[in-house]
Amino acid sequence: MKILETTGLTRRFGDLTAVDHLDLTVDEGEIFGLLGPNGAGKTTVIKMLTTLLPPSAGSATIAGFDVRRQPARVRAAIGYVPQLVSVDGALSGYENLLIFAKLYGVPRTLRRQRIAEALDFSGLSEAARREVRGYSGGMVRRLELAMAMLHRPRLLFLDEPTGGLDPVARQAVWRQVRLLAREYGMTIFLTTHFMDEADNLCGRVAILNLGRLAAGGSPAELKRSLGHADATLDEVFAHFTGHSLEIEHDGNYRDISQTRRNLARLG
Amino acid sequence: MTETTVTSPKLDATWPGSANAVGRWLGQCLTLAEMELRKLRRDPTELLTRAIQPALWLLVFGEVFTRLRAIPTGDLRYLDFLAPGVLAQSVLFIAIFYGIAVIWERDLGLVHKLLVSPASRAALVLGKALSAGVRALSQACIVYLLAWLLGVKLNWHPLALAGVALTVLLGAAVFSTFSLIIACIVKTRERFMGIGQILTMPLFFASNAMYPVAIMPDWLKAVAHINPLTYEVDALRALMIQGGATTYGIGVDFAVLLLVLAALTTVSSRLYPNLAR
Repeated sequence: MKILETTGLTRRFGDLTAVDHLDLTVDEGEIFGLLGPNGAGKTTVIKMLTTLLPPSAGSATIAGFDVRRQPARVRAAIGYVPQLVSVDGALSGYENLLIFAKLYGVPRTLRRQRIAEALDFSGLSEAARREVRGYSGGMVRRLELAMAMLHRPRLLFLDEPTGGLDPVARQAVWRQVRLLAREYGMTIFLTTHFMDEADNLCGRVAILNLGRLAAGGSPAELKRSLGHADATLDEVFAHFTGHSLEIEHDGNYRDISQTRRNLARLG
Repeated sequence: MTETTVTSPKLDATWPGSANAVGRWLGQCLTLAEMELRKLRRDPTELLTRAIQPALWLLVFGEVFTRLRAIPTGDLRYLDFLAPGVLAQSVLFIAIFYGIAVIWERDLGLVHKLLVSPASRAALVLGKALSAGVRALSQACIVYLLAWLLGVKLNWHPLALAGVALTVLLGAAVFSTFSLIIACIVKTRERFMGIGQILTMPLFFASNAMYPVAIMPDWLKAVAHINPLTYEVDALRALMIQGGATTYGIGVDFAVLLLVLAALTTVSSRLYPNLAR
């Protein structure tokens, strides 16, 4: 069953077309990756799908609800972990979970159990009472994933889930994402510019370049399409976009200063 | 972590029925206020630093002008007249800079996260307003303590205290919602600081906080009459001080504050989503 479907999804900012007639489908239960360099339009796509940004043209339905006409229904069915830090550093991990459980309408009778489970799931039970500003970057990310699973969304959006994390922390996040899909049956829609991440996690990927869909399929299919057996996803990417990720656009000033600030804030 | 036992794997994120919509809506507002209260409890130092300004106004300005008898305040001692004004002023200062906190939440990803939650926009805005109210109430306790130490004749009747609390909540809600609107428009901390500073002093001086509207020149009277702070101070003066009287009537004061809050909430509910774009 299709849990997400977009048709001709487009977003313009003035003269710039950030997302250009995007047609995507995501099946229930899969881990889907949207790949692209910084500035390819990945975050714009996620913002339109999570109802944060109205599309300029085209349509998108999530769990059968139209993002433009039924935004509240869409929001009730999804979870979202933004690229930026979305926890409150002045509160403890437990308090962050408690506040969002309430905001997401997790019934009172389930709250305590869900929070305990989410803490256990993300390996944060021991740090639960500490202020989040003392957490490492990896712990913050795991807490955010824990927050996003509290209300058991059918579809979870992860925007660059491992940006700025060290290899060990990335592995932990990957494990958690896989568990969410496998144990809970959640559908995961993630964006990334790390090819190894897509290779490791995603059943299907779409490559976005300058706002357009450049290619789509399973990582294995895409590699095969290059015609030689030991192709890497990096090569696939370079093939379809005409440039390698190594010389990617660096993002604008705001992106960079924001990323640095966030990293600094997390210590 | 790999040993996690999954107790309820069912994906049950559901669309809540309309049955208890009001209760849910209030719950969302209260949750945001609870968030603020928890933060305040973890770091109460801000309360102390914020106490300095009202202390200066009451101690220095209030004491000197009480001796001067330059401002006609009827039967009230000037210090008694000024205390509600100082309370309103500190509420104003807390609330008007509340937008900074919202911009901070935007620079992180918290605004995005809140906006993708099923909570309604209006509930988020009023929840923020209530959060500012929580802070303002803690500030009110400090102003009461200072006023009591200085011998201001406070009205300790429980109903009067409840009335003051309600006025403080309303005042904080009005000006924090106004602040949220500015934050949604300017979006950066630097620009916000400038505008916040430009706004606070005129709002304060063009009100009845320090002197009665009756002694103002006509043009200033006109400004004072459209300034919500005037009605907040008017209600506080009647409720907070023994022998204090209202000029417009408490009913009018509350009606004006509620109307302004409703209008500002409507506008900011529409603008708030812009913060995540």
